Amino acid sequence: MTNHDLLIIGGGPAGLAAGLYAARARLSVLLIEKEMVGGQMATTELIENYPGFSEGSSGVELAEKMREQAERFGLRIELDEVMSVDFTRPEMAVTLGDGERTGRAAIIATGRRPQLLGVPGEIELRGRGVSYCATCDGPFFRDKRIVVVGGGNSAIEEALYLSRFASEVVVVHRRDKLRADRVLQERSFNNKKMRFVWDSVVTSIEGDGKVEALAVRNVKTGKTASIATDGVFVYVGNLPNTEVFKDEIELDERGYVIVDPELATSARGVFAAGDVRVGPAKQVATAVGDGALAVISAERYLENV
Amino acid sequence: MSENVFEVSDGDFEAKVIKSSKPALVDFWAPWCGPCRVASPVVEQVASEHHDKMLFAKLNVDENPKTAAEFEVLSIPTFILFEKGKPVKRFVGAMPKDRFVAELKTWLG
Repeated sequence: MTNHDLLIIGGGPAGLAAGLYAARARLSVLLIEKEMVGGQMATTELIENYPGFSEGSSGVELAEKMREQAERFGLRIELDEVMSVDFTRPEMAVTLGDGERTGRAAIIATGRRPQLLGVPGEIELRGRGVSYCATCDGPFFRDKRIVVVGGGNSAIEEALYLSRFASEVVVVHRRDKLRADRVLQERSFNNKKMRFVWDSVVTSIEGDGKVEALAVRNVKTGKTASIATDGVFVYVGNLPNTEVFKDEIELDERGYVIVDPELATSARGVFAAGDVRVGPAKQVATAVGDGALAVISAERYLENV
Repeated sequence: MSENVFEVSDGDFEAKVIKSSKPALVDFWAPWCGPCRVASPVVEQVASEHHDKMLFAKLNVDENPKTAAEFEVLSIPTFILFEKGKPVKRFVGAMPKDRFVAELKTWLG
């Protein structure tokens, strides 16, 4: 079995940028992605703040371009899930569904995933009105009512996108103001299809076979209410995809990978890049920068072992 | 498209899926959906290994809104397995091949 110079775990913008840099530096490199090349980027309708694309770009298109660019230099991508890792051996091992892969160094770029609301009805009605991907499912809600849960950038961006299809978009947010960027706030307050339910949390999602209503509770007054709706789009935050690494590297209390300024983790020869590492910025642009830096650090490490 | 996955439409859904003597798995998809593009090679791979046990079909929900609405598809990709004309199993979202096969293990053995 081939022992690679470098294993990259995760195929979002951080992993793809790392793959490009590593393949172009002529390292033998394998990228492992469990679900979707492009990661969370690929489910974003429009990315307006990634430099070089003056009119913005869809997330899927950007993902395909990044992938093509890396593959042009010989990056190999395997679609499989990492079941376990062993970073204590000199040749670090990653166990996939169909066997083991080894590398002399590794980059963790597994990103984050949307957090669930954790209320009754959410799992049961997934795909029947409960969604986490406006780009995928928005068009099914033409002239229908939609509730978006959350108040950050993702929530408001997707609510604006959904307002193109829906007859009404109700934003349910647990605070009395939005966390989203000013420009998004302005757009959403000027959007005639959008209205806001402040200081409220969802307590259950109801419906027989498909979503019909949402129960909410006002956190200040304790009052409950029901909102009739056809769809619920959930954007209440994210969780780092680090469960599989928790015994091998140091994580912070929220599960993000702790790194030094060169992106080295607590395990020798293992680096972390993108949303999965501690740090305030969760952007395509910062993830790409991380991918490049992680490879430069990994190369330096490989030269010295 | 692979030889083991065929396309179905509103027009021939009844004949090709509902009246099929074998179980038939239908992938409800659309070109604008990122996760669908990811799921389709997985479906093709599973189809190439298991085409003796069931049929594998895909239905473009943009071009065939009637069937998508009839089965209340509100998220894509949605996969529905039909057996003797009835939906018997349904799951949603792109997933690695192992999990995909696990969803169908009753039928794929």
